[in-house]
Amino acid sequence: MKKQSQASGAGAVARFLRQNSVPLMFIIICAVLIPISGFSAGYLINEIVTRMGRNIFLILSLLIPITAGMGLNFGMTLGAMAGEIALILVSDWQIWGIPGIVLAMIVSIPISVGLGLLCGKILNMAKGREMVTSYITSFFIGGVYMLVVLYMMGPIIPIAHSSIKLPRGYGIRNTVSLLSMRQSLDNLLAIRVLGVKIPTLTFLIIGLMCLGIVWFGKTKLGQDMRAVGQDIQVARDAGIDVERTRLISIIISTVLAGFGMIIYLQNMGNLSTYSSHTQIGMFCIAALLVGGASVEKASIGNVFLGVILFHLMFIVAPQAGAKITGDSMIGEYFRVFASYGVITIALIMYETRKRKAKLMAGRQLQLAQSEDVK
Amino acid sequence: MSQTEKTLKPVSGFSAFVQNFGLPRLIIAGFLLLLFIAAPFVGSNFFTQLTNTINRFSWNAILVLSMVPMVHSGCGLNFGLPLGIVSGLLGATISMELGFTGGLSFLMAILIATPFALIFGYGYGHLLNRIKGGEMMIATYVGFSAVSFMCIAWLLLPYRSPNMVWGLSGKGLRTTITVEGYYDKILANFLKIEIGSFSIPVGTLLFFALLAFLMWAFLHTKAGTAMTAVGSNPTFARASGINVDKVRLQSVIMSTWLGAVGILVYQQGFGFIQLYMAPFYMALPAISAILIGGASVNKASITNVIIGTFLFQGIVTMTPTVMNNIIRMDMSEVIRVIVSQGMILYALTRKQGGSK
Repeated sequence: MKKQSQASGAGAVARFLRQNSVPLMFIIICAVLIPISGFSAGYLINEIVTRMGRNIFLILSLLIPITAGMGLNFGMTLGAMAGEIALILVSDWQIWGIPGIVLAMIVSIPISVGLGLLCGKILNMAKGREMVTSYITSFFIGGVYMLVVLYMMGPIIPIAHSSIKLPRGYGIRNTVSLLSMRQSLDNLLAIRVLGVKIPTLTFLIIGLMCLGIVWFGKTKLGQDMRAVGQDIQVARDAGIDVERTRLISIIISTVLAGFGMIIYLQNMGNLSTYSSHTQIGMFCIAALLVGGASVEKASIGNVFLGVILFHLMFIVAPQAGAKITGDSMIGEYFRVFASYGVITIALIMYETRKRKAKLMAGRQLQLAQSEDVK
Repeated sequence: MSQTEKTLKPVSGFSAFVQNFGLPRLIIAGFLLLLFIAAPFVGSNFFTQLTNTINRFSWNAILVLSMVPMVHSGCGLNFGLPLGIVSGLLGATISMELGFTGGLSFLMAILIATPFALIFGYGYGHLLNRIKGGEMMIATYVGFSAVSFMCIAWLLLPYRSPNMVWGLSGKGLRTTITVEGYYDKILANFLKIEIGSFSIPVGTLLFFALLAFLMWAFLHTKAGTAMTAVGSNPTFARASGINVDKVRLQSVIMSTWLGAVGILVYQQGFGFIQLYMAPFYMALPAISAILIGGASVNKASITNVIIGTFLFQGIVTMTPTVMNNIIRMDMSEVIRVIVSQGMILYALTRKQGGSK
């Protein structure tokens, strides 16, 4: 690989373009749309900083399963649901502000671990098609979530306050107000630089999380995960308990997604009980891929770049669409299309590359065999 | 099917039957039976319920049938069904735009949808040939991308018919368009049998039977056998001189076209064309229906389609009324989600339906 890039400068440029085609495409889209939308720079920076604080932690939760070779963890939705259940309970107990958030995180851990265990077990039964299975798992658990929140909260799980209960006496309302803890994490230690509010504490937590992920990659378990991600068979021969390692990677991802969802929702300030989690997996995965990640490789840098580019597009697309065509819905649909399109492209690139690698391996084997014959 | 029966015959008895039929299927069938038995006791008319179930069966059966070719050729479950649906929607709206009415509009809708389905299916099939092994996930996202792209198209395409566009601005298609005056119940009312509260949409069922028969006949031709061979063992198929990629392409085109026809039949029964985000999750009910009917990721028959659609639609129609009356809660949505997604999950995690 290295030899080739030294061979010709033009080849290296071409390779750089090919490898970073998705981020470059989004940079171009943003560069075109921003002037059309007419937003001021200050407004955009403010929005981006807010959205970085809101989303980065959630997206970080996707990194570990990618290292373990399980692809994009659509099952992060499970963690998001665990976080939501924890927030519902905590807001019923009326614990406010930072203590409320911390308690919600603590409450979410056992739920996340349980769901992660289930998801990991299911994915171990479906090796080779983890993504589609985790995707369906998120729907399935979505049904169970509805069962719990809509029917069990009230009669089985005690909910005291009628402000979050449906008028019929059981089940949770469509929206739960988190006003008591709204942005309490973001506002603590927040500083203003040139009119841009920077949620220092949230960024500090994110920074710690990044360090944690880097550190984790260096531990024995992290190394095992990388080995499993590269080749299950080789890892198994080396004495690694593959199933257990994969299970742990999913559990960690689910727990982190639970925390991420709590951070996300405390920024939003209210919880749409039945719809907050449905799209979250898709948007996080799209953002990560926009940042230049692929199904088998993702770094912290991808997360940051992805959030900035994806959300820039997200903010400006409706306005730009409205300016161009006079219909704001077009921009709205465009950003949905862009999100799905980028995931589709990433998946296709991943599969073709996998196939090409397999073909190459086959050819090398053939070559080796023919040499043996000689 | 016949092969597994042969091998399982010596192990007779209930456990063998369960193994052959699959426990989840048995539970679902038992649940539906229970609902039918309970229906008269909770005061809902048995015949109305049965009519509803048969009606919904007739709307959905072809969409479920569209899974069969792709499963046969080893492309997995057609999560990309929305692509076929989009072609059907294009056919429907263009036929109405051109001013066809009555039965002719239905025929024209199918005719106009066909080239779209062929073109989309061709591209989609080529794509799936390049990514063998990862079909299902990519199919899902191809479907999503197609639907969200068409959302933009529905707004921008130059439709003019006042029956379809937004009244105020005079452009951009509405989210739901009624097919009244066009092909509303055009098949359902053909040879319709009505006895009191019990009615059968014979025309729709006949149309499904025709397509199902054609599918069955096709699978018994040389090309059809080749398709099954490709699905069950691609290496063997290639060794015996079958062009694997071509056969897979054929199957994807067939599935896409059946999806297009399926949505048109659905519309004539339902009475409305649903645009924009509506086709988004339409693949999942069809997939779980065929799985409930006994299909697996790489095996499906016409019988699976019929049994599965009936069971799935039975549960969808029966649970709201019957369950509501028994426990005074509307749990139908939750049950529907858990049953259908659980069924897909079950199929995906089965070893025998394993990845190649």
